[in-house]
Amino acid sequence: MDKSLEEILQEAADKFALAADSHALYEAKTAFLGKMGRLGALYKKLRELPEAERPAFGAQINELRRAIEERVVAIEEKLHAREMSARLEKEQVDVTMPGRRRRQGTLHPVTRVKNLLIDVFAGMGFEVFEGPEIETDYYNFTALNTPADHPARDMQDTFYLADGLLLRTQTSAGQIRMMEKKQPPIKMLSPGRVFRSDDDATHSPMFHQMEGLVVDKNITLCDLQGMLDEFARVVFGKNSKTRLRPSYFPFTEPSVEVDVSCHACGGKGCSLCKGTGWIEVLGAGMVNRRVLENCNIDPDVYSGFAFGMGIERIAMLKYGINNIKLLTENDVRFLSQFKD
Amino acid sequence: MILPYSWLKDYVDVNVTPEELQDKLFSCGFEVEEPTYLGKNVENVVTGRITKTEKHPDADRLTICQVDCGALGARQIVTAATNVFEGAIVPVALDNSTVLHEGGVQKIKTGKLRGVVSEGMFCSGEELGITDDFYEGAEVNGILILDEDTPLGTDIRPVVGIDDWLFDIAVTANRPDCQSIFGMAREVAAILRLPLKAPATDYTARPTDVKITVEVEEPTLCPRYVGNYVADVKIGTSPRWMRRRLALCGLRSVSDIVDITNFVLLELGQPMHAFDRNYLEGDGIVVRRAREGETITTLDEKQFTLTPDNLLICDRKKGVALAGIMGGLNSEIKADTREVFFEAAKFARDSVRKTSRALGQRSDSSARFEKGMDAWTCGVAMDRALHLVEQLGCGTPTSCRADVNADPLTPKTIEAGYDRIDAVLGISVPHADMVAILERLGFGVTASEGGMSVVVPLWREDVDGYPDLAEEIIRSYGYEHIVPTFLARATVTRGGLDAAQKTEEKCKRVFQNEGYFETCSYSFYSPKDLDLLRLPADAAEREAVKILNPIGEDLSVLRTILAPSMIWNIVRNVRRGNDAGRLFELANVYLPKSLPLTEQPEERKHISLGIWGEGDFFDLKGAVEALAEAFDIKLTFERTQKPFLHPGVAACVKLGEKEVGWLGELHPAVCEELALEKRAYLGELDYAALSKKFAKDITFHAIPKYPDVERDLAVVVAEEVTCAQMEACILKSCKAVRKAELFDVFRGPVLGKGKKSMAFHITFAAEGDKALTPEAAENYFKKIVDALHKNFGAELR
Repeated sequence: MDKSLEEILQEAADKFALAADSHALYEAKTAFLGKMGRLGALYKKLRELPEAERPAFGAQINELRRAIEERVVAIEEKLHAREMSARLEKEQVDVTMPGRRRRQGTLHPVTRVKNLLIDVFAGMGFEVFEGPEIETDYYNFTALNTPADHPARDMQDTFYLADGLLLRTQTSAGQIRMMEKKQPPIKMLSPGRVFRSDDDATHSPMFHQMEGLVVDKNITLCDLQGMLDEFARVVFGKNSKTRLRPSYFPFTEPSVEVDVSCHACGGKGCSLCKGTGWIEVLGAGMVNRRVLENCNIDPDVYSGFAFGMGIERIAMLKYGINNIKLLTENDVRFLSQFKD
Repeated sequence: MILPYSWLKDYVDVNVTPEELQDKLFSCGFEVEEPTYLGKNVENVVTGRITKTEKHPDADRLTICQVDCGALGARQIVTAATNVFEGAIVPVALDNSTVLHEGGVQKIKTGKLRGVVSEGMFCSGEELGITDDFYEGAEVNGILILDEDTPLGTDIRPVVGIDDWLFDIAVTANRPDCQSIFGMAREVAAILRLPLKAPATDYTARPTDVKITVEVEEPTLCPRYVGNYVADVKIGTSPRWMRRRLALCGLRSVSDIVDITNFVLLELGQPMHAFDRNYLEGDGIVVRRAREGETITTLDEKQFTLTPDNLLICDRKKGVALAGIMGGLNSEIKADTREVFFEAAKFARDSVRKTSRALGQRSDSSARFEKGMDAWTCGVAMDRALHLVEQLGCGTPTSCRADVNADPLTPKTIEAGYDRIDAVLGISVPHADMVAILERLGFGVTASEGGMSVVVPLWREDVDGYPDLAEEIIRSYGYEHIVPTFLARATVTRGGLDAAQKTEEKCKRVFQNEGYFETCSYSFYSPKDLDLLRLPADAAEREAVKILNPIGEDLSVLRTILAPSMIWNIVRNVRRGNDAGRLFELANVYLPKSLPLTEQPEERKHISLGIWGEGDFFDLKGAVEALAEAFDIKLTFERTQKPFLHPGVAACVKLGEKEVGWLGELHPAVCEELALEKRAYLGELDYAALSKKFAKDITFHAIPKYPDVERDLAVVVAEEVTCAQMEACILKSCKAVRKAELFDVFRGPVLGKGKKSMAFHITFAAEGDKALTPEAAENYFKKIVDALHKNFGAELR
């Protein structure tokens, strides 16, 4: 290499060594290797040389270029490593600071329990049917074997809207609508709002029920309890059991109250179950023959069972909610607790 | 229904403890609400004879008594009572005893009264919780003086009749036959497998010439009417045993004849009435509908004006009793009554119920009739009443008897195959057990190889088919015999939510993810809540369904709009110190097709949204946009006016041309009215309308081969120009624009008055298989700037 070129290389090496950061190095590199830089000037000079001298000089310039580039790369690597460690040093965060996110909302406990129940029974082949909240007297009472003079009507204080129209007192009304729509086999759940003229510390004038209905051939009381046992296990824990007790509903015969073993004490007796080990959770029974007849289903061929439960009651038991009013007050301190 | 243990024992020799009995009743379908031991608050009180009395040296009104408590020894009691005397036997509350005092329980301990030791206290009847009906003299002002022959040093409770249990039994609506002491005794005897002793009904009827006829004009409303004439009546006081029993069941003693009717009501469940024959004109009873405007004054001196809906018991001239509810004042039993005509009838339950409701007049009788009485018991009850008349010696039963019975009392017979019973239950109950259980309950059973022919007892009108028998069998045989099966022989079916139901759940999830809490509010509110919204008188929302019998005005109209519930939810939260929140509800509004209501109204799902404390209009709008995104629908928002929304911060929501909701800031004037100190933002969407347009499924669009090109654009426009107008113009001016998103609005003196700068991110899509060149993008950009300038006078900033 020419002496003058050696000098340029030395000069470049000195400049590069002075570069404090990548940017300064880039500037320095451009001053030598750029179009307008020192090498640019040499190339210009090359074009002006007589043709015979060009290859030798050209080769020298190229050698110089490679030499400069080698030096740039060496310093670049050093600078980069230094800058990287400086950046990493600087970019430390306090990982204990809170994350950024939108706070999740919640579903109402009644919705949660409703969904849980649907989940349990959907797996057993139950479809979901929602009837109207404003019902006729026929669907809410008469077709359910509760004619106008029936004392069972006194069991439920009904809100009336007009002659023959009322706010449904029970989701059982859905049974009739389903059976009118469809012949057996029927497996149905009917969740929804129900209304009773009752407003005190333990009653709300509006609450939710979940009705269940199975009509098919060969359905027995044993099937009812088997299904309810499964329900109890899913909702209240795998060791839960059910107990049937005689009761009365006009639309079932036999009718039973269903108790679930107390999930708080495991059946030993505690304050929740008032020492009995059992908690009353729902009413059920074998579908009354008259109800089947009212829906043109032959009771000599088909039989079935029905059950109905208060969703609020299940929610209160499951989550330990001690006051039914909390469920309609919509206080965010209450609602926010039902996180997914 | 109150069941005193001692009374029950008249019919069944109960051989279990009250607690065991409670358990057994419970498992057979009778919930015992509250078994109470009558003497539970009277502990350690015994009988004692006062052997010596002397004046207290330091207190004129106190007496020092020496008391002989038999085997328990002697005590010294200081008393302020003035009716005690040497030789009197009295209840003595010893050291560490309890008695009743002013509605509570008082503990008694040895102490000093003005320096003199008193080892307890003498008790009044009130302190033992008893009245004269339990023990003579219990209501005197002072200490209860016991009978001369009372043994000393024994527990006071058996002495005064409070060593007894009361069972408060919940009887289900299908068992009116159990609404009586004897009815329950029948069940208890069957449960305990013990013999049942029926109450005595024998008497000697003296022949008489008196003829009192009964005519029933309305046999469907009065299927049976039994009447009997009693002569030689001498009105007096009932014996203590009868008075005590009435008292245990909460009834006051009136006079022997009246007490007998009440006693029979409690014992057999049959309401009875006694007329003073002297005031029955024409010696005849007519059971008929009242004439329009006819009046009657009942025993409690209330006068009622009647209609033909009311059944009236009349003599030949006038009404003498409101059938099944209460007797008339005109024929009441008085101290000088000499002749009585007893009534034991069955009145139809709906007739009694309707009259009772319409007149607002209720009684123990009407309560029983409403539950449904059987016709058979009428005759038994009459015989029992006449037996008691003879037993008490308060009159002479006679042969003058009327019995009008529409239906001859023929028992029903049910043919029940064993397999039928087993098919209901799902288990095989041994045939012998089936027969034995039914027989114990009073059914007549003829068993054959395949099944039973079962005669239903006349008091069991609720039983009319083999499922009823299955229930009778299993409740006695025991539900613990049921073996849970899992739909052993049922058809497999497909279950779960349908598409619409799943969509609702997804919608709720959208709002949950946007940070909203789901609420649940009543479906009804006050008409004043519609006033709160300042809705004009002719607003559609005011066409609301009214509840005919609401709990109160506050809960009297069905919701036509969810917003008032949301407003109150926010107000309640803020009042409780909850400074911020986001709420939603998905629920029905009720839209009547006409008012007054003639058919079921439309139930239409709405979404209600509300936020306060944190966020503003655009946070709320963001949630609505999230819903639109989730279901792939295009919503537009236009400025609107609602009387309850801030006029500057209110939008209607449109789906195509259809208005499907609104959102905005709650009007500050409404906030002032509610003393709500936070800004609140509300929205309501017609879910039913939205859900019709929800995307049914996902369609894939090919990913562009080349990336989009983004450019930012900032222009100065007049204040009135809206974001939506600008967006529309940008999209229209150049088909390569994929989207235009506002990201900044700036106002300031540099721009001039009435001007604002709006900045948009504009995304250009590459076309087909060619990358978008910077030159092409620049071209598009210029086109947009030109269009904005032309339409809105927009200047590039």
